[in-house]
Amino acid sequence: MFVCVTAKGPGPEDLAEERFGRSPYFLFKSTEGGEWEAVPNKFADAAGGVGPRAAQVLIDKGARVLITGNIGGNALAVIQAAGIEIYQYRESGTAGDAFQKFTGGQLKKFA
Amino acid sequence: MRLVVASGKGGTGKTLVAANLAAVISLEREVVLADCDVEEPNLHLFFPAGEKTLPVMTDVPVFDSSRCTHCGKCADFCQYGAIVVLKERFMFFPEMCHGCGGCELVCPEGAIILQKRPLGHVAFSRPRPGVILISGVMNEREVMSPHVIRETLNYTSGHPVVICDAPPGTACPLVETLEGADACIFVTEPTPFGRHDLALAAGVAEVLGVPAGVVINRSMGEDEIILDFCRSRNLPVFMTIPFDRGIAETANGGQLVTDGMPELSAQFKELFGKVCYLAGVK
Repeated sequence: MFVCVTAKGPGPEDLAEERFGRSPYFLFKSTEGGEWEAVPNKFADAAGGVGPRAAQVLIDKGARVLITGNIGGNALAVIQAAGIEIYQYRESGTAGDAFQKFTGGQLKKFA
Repeated sequence: MRLVVASGKGGTGKTLVAANLAAVISLEREVVLADCDVEEPNLHLFFPAGEKTLPVMTDVPVFDSSRCTHCGKCADFCQYGAIVVLKERFMFFPEMCHGCGGCELVCPEGAIILQKRPLGHVAFSRPRPGVILISGVMNEREVMSPHVIRETLNYTSGHPVVICDAPPGTACPLVETLEGADACIFVTEPTPFGRHDLALAAGVAEVLGVPAGVVINRSMGEDEIILDFCRSRNLPVFMTIPFDRGIAETANGGQLVTDGMPELSAQFKELFGKVCYLAGVK
């Protein structure tokens, strides 16, 4: 399963990011193994319309799961319409920690 | 000549200044008073009169699902996040659309056409001799106020004297109102908040190249916080309105202070002269 974690930096050792649309990076990794892939969020500092455009990035990458802290209404509508599952991570650990908690079944589903 | 009355901070007295300035000018010549605070237009409270209205429309895309191949070119083009394309469907958020029409241009399938959607209206009235009031009004739940402001300003073009009551803040609505104006009056109050937002708004006028001056409202005689700032930024202080119960009661009752207070009337006349000079109009 292809997973996206919102993160403050480009690697799994960087802190997980609470915000979805304005997350500095989207980190992708498959639960079946393989490397982490970092995509910088070019909408992080945009004035508006951030959520749906960030959601489009996940859709284009083919993510099936999103791990983030919180998500706005428009982005939520898009993510749900795309059938991407959202899991909430609101601790202060790294993106790697968040991913491990997800694979360990320790994260709660959002909404 | 187009003058803008703005503030940065809300509730400093923009509308009070714009309304009374227009009233004083109207004694000598015809003036157009434009309410560009389209989210909360309130100049009409000072100038009740029968109105005529015209709608303000914006373009929105309409999608032909039978032609759409979900190629995603429209979503990729849209800078406002209003279109998202999924594998088997697309989503459109009309309230985020700026009506630019770019999606129609880039669609290779001809699956998008533009249709009109109402955003608000512009109201026209002649509340007293010499005053033409043109108010932009945006519908509730809408956010694209610059569209309504632009349309409102279009109706004022060509008139020799236009006074615009600007929206508060320093973002797109103020920029839309201020761009291309001949001069700007910032109404502020002698408080830290007033000074802070005046600094932001003055920065917008500087970037747009609009000369500006300041009116201090609700003065209790100790205005150093604003005067210091104006000195440091070379902003002339045009007028000081005292913190006075009579002025507040008159304004709150929907009356013009210049109608019943001759000394204020003279000060507003002087204000007009100073702004004209600033705008380079003699």
